[in-house]
Amino acid sequence: MKTCIRILIVSSAVAVASLTAGPSAAKSRHAPLLPAYVEECGSCHIAFPGRMLDAASWIAVLEGLEQHFGVDASVDAKTLEPIRAYLAGTARSKPTTAGGVPLLRITETRWFRHEHDEVPQRLWQEPDAVKPADCAACHRSAATGSYSEHDLRLPKKGEAK
Amino acid sequence: MRSTILVAAAFALGVAAARAETPADFEAAFAAEARRADPAFAGFSAARGQQFFGSTHGGDWSCVSCHTKDPSAVGEHVVTGKRIEPLAPAANPKRFSDPASVEKWFKRNCNDVLKRLCTAQEKGDVLAWLMMPGAGGGR
Ligand code: HEC
Ligand code: HEC
Ligand code: HEC
Repeated sequence: MKTCIRILIVSSAVAVASLTAGPSAAKSRHAPLLPAYVEECGSCHIAFPGRMLDAASWIAVLEGLEQHFGVDASVDAKTLEPIRAYLAGTARSKPTTAGGVPLLRITETRWFRHEHDEVPQRLWQEPDAVKPADCAACHRSAATGSYSEHDLRLPKKGEAK
Repeated sequence: MRSTILVAAAFALGVAAARAETPADFEAAFAAEARRADPAFAGFSAARGQQFFGSTHGGDWSCVSCHTKDPSAVGEHVVTGKRIEPLAPAANPKRFSDPASVEKWFKRNCNDVLKRLCTAQEKGDVLAWLMMPGAGGGR
């Protein structure tokens, strides 16, 4: 019975997610983010798109929210359920693990390092360095889930936070 | 559909919180809780709230670390740098309007700053300060 209800909740959440995203957007690389996800996971930082981590990594992140990178980001189970379904449904298919263990940080994944190996070192190192997790410092439309080169602008000297 | 969920959420939070939709409602609910915890409860103090808000409590952070000293000012998350809208209801009408949100953020932020939950007295003192006339204007 309990599993029954759970499946129901998950499938309706997925249905809502695909409805919101629309049939074509669901396939696109820049599918709009689920509003409930942005509401919950976009208050302390931008909401990171599902495709940035694999499903195992997302589950691991969601299971550790009470101690989430130095802050308490805990949320009740009812709020979390649709978010879990949404992230699992949009997750990266290639693994984001290190030594078989799911990585919690996007910025520690192989793909992230590879995509960012040409970012000038000065940006990461100066006293006013950009934090790698502050995607929006360079990807100006990151809050909407878009990371296209079109919206990329590296901060100038002294401009970064 | 949406209102069903809202009603269900409000119901789950209990009668007192369910009616708390304005800052004054929250203040009344905190007062009732503080009185239950301590029969000698003697009301809230904005000065004490301001003091509490600006002090560290054993860790590195105070409430000011993310919210600034000025309740009407825009804050910035101390770790991520993300913008945080003002806390004073006069400057940001969304504040102290949603019981689930208020409960969630007090729990998280008090854990981050005090490594424990805040008492009703502490929450009421902070709210009294955030609601003070002039909290919407500069210092
Ligand atoms: C209470 C604030 C808060 C909330 C709410 C929150 N986070 Fe975070 N999150 C943080 C902080 C702080 C960091 C660390 C940022 C840094 O190191 O620059 C972080 C980092 C992350 C990272 C790693 C980024 C990287 O690659 O370095 C992921 C992934 C993440 N959060 C996912 C989530 C998800 C999913 C949710 C919603 C369930 C969520 N966060 C909600 C505060 C929060
Ligand atoms: C310091 C600036 C900077 C920060 C911070 C940053 N990026 Fe990037 N990102 C870049 C640059 C530069 C590229 C490379 C663009 C290229 O070579 O085509 C890139 C490329 C990417 C790409 C590939 C885009 C494509 O279409 O090929 C993705 C996806 C991406 N970044 C995601 C992220 C995420 C997620 C974050 C935060 C967790 C982040 N980035 C933080 C600068 C940054
Ligand atoms: C590490 C950063 C951080 C610290 C420290 C912090 N807060 Fe917050 N606080 C946030 C964020 C992020 C939000 C939600 C962002 C938003 O709603 O715009 C928030 C929201 C709130 C709210 C809004 C409730 C609502 O929905 O109406 C209250 C009240 C609050 N904080 C009180 C406090 C108090 C009291 C302290 C000190 C004990 C404190 N905060 C310390 C980051 C912080």
